[in-house]
Amino acid sequence: MKTREELFAILDTVPDPEVPAISVVELGIVRDASQRADGTVEVTITPTYSGCPAMFEIEKDVRSALEAAGASAVEVHTVLSPAWTTDWIPESAREKLRKYGIAPPGRADDGGLVTLVRAKPPVQCPWCGSRNTTLKSEFGSTACKAIHVCNECRQPFDEFKAI
Amino acid sequence: MAAHEEEEGGVAAGEAKSGVGTVAGPRQAPLAAPLVEYLLRLGDDRLILGHRMSEWTGHGPILEEDIATANIALDLIGQAAQLLKLAGEVEGKGRTEDTLAYFRDGVQFRNCLLVELPKGDFGDTMVRQFLFDAHSVLLWEALAGCGHAGIAGIAAKALKEDKYHLRHSSEWVVRLGDGTEESRARVQRSLDRLWKYTAELFAADEIDDAVAALGVRVDAAGLRARWDAMVNEVLARATLTRPAEGAAQRGGRRGRHTEHLGHLLATMQSVARAHPGATW
Repeated sequence: MKTREELFAILDTVPDPEVPAISVVELGIVRDASQRADGTVEVTITPTYSGCPAMFEIEKDVRSALEAAGASAVEVHTVLSPAWTTDWIPESAREKLRKYGIAPPGRADDGGLVTLVRAKPPVQCPWCGSRNTTLKSEFGSTACKAIHVCNECRQPFDEFKAI
Repeated sequence: MAAHEEEEGGVAAGEAKSGVGTVAGPRQAPLAAPLVEYLLRLGDDRLILGHRMSEWTGHGPILEEDIATANIALDLIGQAAQLLKLAGEVEGKGRTEDTLAYFRDGVQFRNCLLVELPKGDFGDTMVRQFLFDAHSVLLWEALAGCGHAGIAGIAAKALKEDKYHLRHSSEWVVRLGDGTEESRARVQRSLDRLWKYTAELFAADEIDDAVAALGVRVDAAGLRARWDAMVNEVLARATLTRPAEGAAQRGGRRGRHTEHLGHLLATMQSVARAHPGATW
């Protein structure tokens, strides 16, 4: 019988398939894990985006990591509520993102009123640290990223969108 | 059309028991239980609009927009999958999001007409998306606090995504409207052409009444007022003229669609129907 902490430690070795610099635990996708008396491990995960195509891969990777660690059977449940937010990503993982070349997310808004004018400050370049950057598109290589360009070092870079 | 207008008034929530899985007639399928109907409306709007958006994949006017439209399509189809999955579960007849998406015919689809119209040029697509997004964001805000846990969960998640969509589409409406003479004239025409389809977004009927009794309640008048204010603000910044209210085009909620839906379904459903049950 493994404890919740032990199970989370195993799952912390499973990288996110689209952002392999951090684990599915660090990303906040794994919401719960427990082991029943019969040895079956139950894992609860939540999708980052409604249409995230990596969810199937994540479920597979979670399953095989637990089976490799001796789980007799694995049940993966998906929940939508509470809705995933980038605020669940800890500071240590944000630093890993930065080193990987992805600007970490800022604070997610509180879900308040609809804003039509973007008033967010420029995102810091993960390469040279400059704040002289321009948002090129709120839609990037994956659902969770936006595209920016740094006006100092002239590098394009991804930002992990705050939601 | 006259005969069908009569049918529309004659369907009461009480007789909405029979499954939508059985094809009733050439033009109209019977209504399912109110909550299933409601979920099909929400899900089909996003499935069909998501498919229309996906038609830009590989054809975007610039690379960033190719990526943006593909991302938006993915979000919308992901939302649709969750809504249709829930519809199948509530219905309890074993239908999944895949059977609902791929094995229903046009008369069984409950999307509003706005979303099934051809994608047109990029301006048409962005004006349509803006009119829809503005409504969708407000609807999700309301439903995120509703009394049905499944719907509230989907709504809270979709709201985060649709805020991005709305910022994107509203910025394009402003950019094109307040752009060149050519772009302004073209998006004004898009707006004039699409306007008559917006009323269907707000048309409430006995399905809305029935689900309100289950706790899925939306303040329709309040939502309309906020949509008006938001649309007016963006159109003003875009130097576009809000069209006058004229005769509204609707019928999609009852399965009466434009000719365009059939063509879309023929493309969207062809692989699933040619190879039913196929997996990879």
